[in-house]
Amino acid sequence: MTVDAAEGYTLTKAHIAQQLSDTFGFNKRESKELVEQFYDEISDVLVSGEQIKLSGFGNFELRDKASRPGRNPRTGEDVPISARRVVTFKPGQKLRAQIDSFDGDN
Amino acid sequence: MTKSELIELIARKQTQFSQKDVELAVNQIVDSMIDTLSQGSRIEIRGFGSFSLHHRKARVGRNPKTGETVELTDKRVPHFKPGKALRERVNDSKDNTDILA
Repeated sequence: MTVDAAEGYTLTKAHIAQQLSDTFGFNKRESKELVEQFYDEISDVLVSGEQIKLSGFGNFELRDKASRPGRNPRTGEDVPISARRVVTFKPGQKLRAQIDSFDGDN
Repeated sequence: MTKSELIELIARKQTQFSQKDVELAVNQIVDSMIDTLSQGSRIEIRGFGSFSLHHRKARVGRNPKTGETVELTDKRVPHFKPGKALRERVNDSKDNTDILA
């Protein structure tokens, strides 16, 4: 499956599984399971409190945020925002460079 | 955890693929995500999250060391929005685990 049609195209697990099976001749069902497992393992590692570094792509980092005063934008009512842990993504050098190099052609 | 550690972990937890094949697959998945974003397209992984590009307008910046002004052109930066399942699971883990360095 190609990504030539940039306009409106969205890459999904199904596309990636298809690519694995086309590129390496892997069984379709097994390719699908491997793609699922890839994202599941990353999720599980993050849930265990460990960050992930995918060289070339970027880092998935964890951050604990303190609670802070917030406001319901519709009603204007003060609503406290509770302390929480969030995932942030820091794009890597290669990803940023490739996105930059495509600028202007798009 | 690094990419090679992730590859080992995935290889250990299943029996269908050799570690070599898992390595090929993981590298292909990552390359495919890079290519997709580079071409201006989105990525949507249900439960995990979505990746898209955010546009930054051209602006006049300043070199923080010299104080010199510099023209910065328009640019696109990748953005990740965690999916509901990941967001909730990570938040729920807050009270039971510390963030490892």
